[in-house]
Amino acid sequence: MASLDDLKKRIASVKSTQKITKAMKMVAAAKLRKAQESAEKGRPYSEKMNNVILNLSSGISDKENAPKLLSGTGNNNVHLCVVMTSDRGLCGGFNSNIIKKAKSYFSKILSEGKELKIITVGSKGNDQLKRMYGDKIIDNISFKESKNANYFDADKVGKIVIDKFESSEFDICTIFYNQFKNVITQIPQAQQIIPLNSEDSEENISEESYEFEPDEDEILSNLLPKNISTQIFKAMLENSASEQGSRMSAMDNATRNAGEMVDKLTIQYNRSRQAAITKELIEIISGAESL
Amino acid sequence: MSEEFKIEIVNPEKSFLVKEDVLEVVVPAYEGEMGILKDHISIISFLKPGIIKILSKSGDENYYVEDGIVEFKNNNLSILTSSIFNIADMDKSKQQDLLKQAEEESGKEEISDQSKYLIDQKIEALKTLN
Repeated sequence: MASLDDLKKRIASVKSTQKITKAMKMVAAAKLRKAQESAEKGRPYSEKMNNVILNLSSGISDKENAPKLLSGTGNNNVHLCVVMTSDRGLCGGFNSNIIKKAKSYFSKILSEGKELKIITVGSKGNDQLKRMYGDKIIDNISFKESKNANYFDADKVGKIVIDKFESSEFDICTIFYNQFKNVITQIPQAQQIIPLNSEDSEENISEESYEFEPDEDEILSNLLPKNISTQIFKAMLENSASEQGSRMSAMDNATRNAGEMVDKLTIQYNRSRQAAITKELIEIISGAESL
Repeated sequence: MSEEFKIEIVNPEKSFLVKEDVLEVVVPAYEGEMGILKDHISIISFLKPGIIKILSKSGDENYYVEDGIVEFKNNNLSILTSSIFNIADMDKSKQQDLLKQAEEESGKEEISDQSKYLIDQKIEALKTLN
């Protein structure tokens, strides 16, 4: 059994760990509120954008000549996956959930004999994926310097994706991120952004016809790249809210576990202290008896 | 009959402005300035850099935008833009910064005609502010 001194040290160390996890939980809770707020505020933009695009694409009569970003290249041989993770750890299953989702998608694609390319956003995803898929990763983007998710960063990712699409480096692009549901639940999502998947939009398209200025094609070809950035930005906002939520619950658990551990160690400490006292008493008494 | 309609300006971060008592909006549409009054036909267009003028009962407002999409439907005007500034809040140094940036970009040689056009518009709009 560990000596009294060792136990004392362990209790002290667990207590200080508890303090750290508690502080991290508080910080995450404060950040979560902010992240959630901005995720909610960002929603109208992406929703409106989606509506406009739906209205536009329904107005396009000539599907064959529609912009490639909308209709796709016609092939599906090369898949680009943008895996969005956090730059920091200690947030529970947040990153590994995304990675798990992405990996199952990767193996599906590879088993179909298709080519796979990966862009990782956030250093944690890169760390986890480079062991297995190191040769597939073509780019790694990290926004360690920017404190909050901002549109400028999303636009940068969007531009990279569009550049690669225009130089026909891939046919289909999917982004992976965690959708924020509540503090305890985050759902890993795979969303196809190129070509635009209009099937999963359940909103009914208005019958009303629009005037377009300039014509549909030109508006669409201007709008679609913006929509990519918007979708990525939405994913980033959802991700940052999810990250904080996940970290908060992970740190809450850690604090609770540390508390349990302190209790257990304290009992053990008291027991061994009592045992030592009893031992000493026995020694004294038996010593006195033998006289 | 009232002559008012609703305007909503959103940027990626938040809903930037909502107003219910707008009489007229002038937007810098891609093919020229466009004034929108109540019961305008449904229209979608996009913006070039310029100034949005909002005339309403509670006072007039001017905003500087760099890009965006306008959608007008059922007397609802939505403007989606990634960069918008209220001219009243914009100070001279900010304007100068943007102008300098735009001029630098227009000096580059490899840009396409279209982006050249947009940048020239931007410079012009910024110059009129000063």
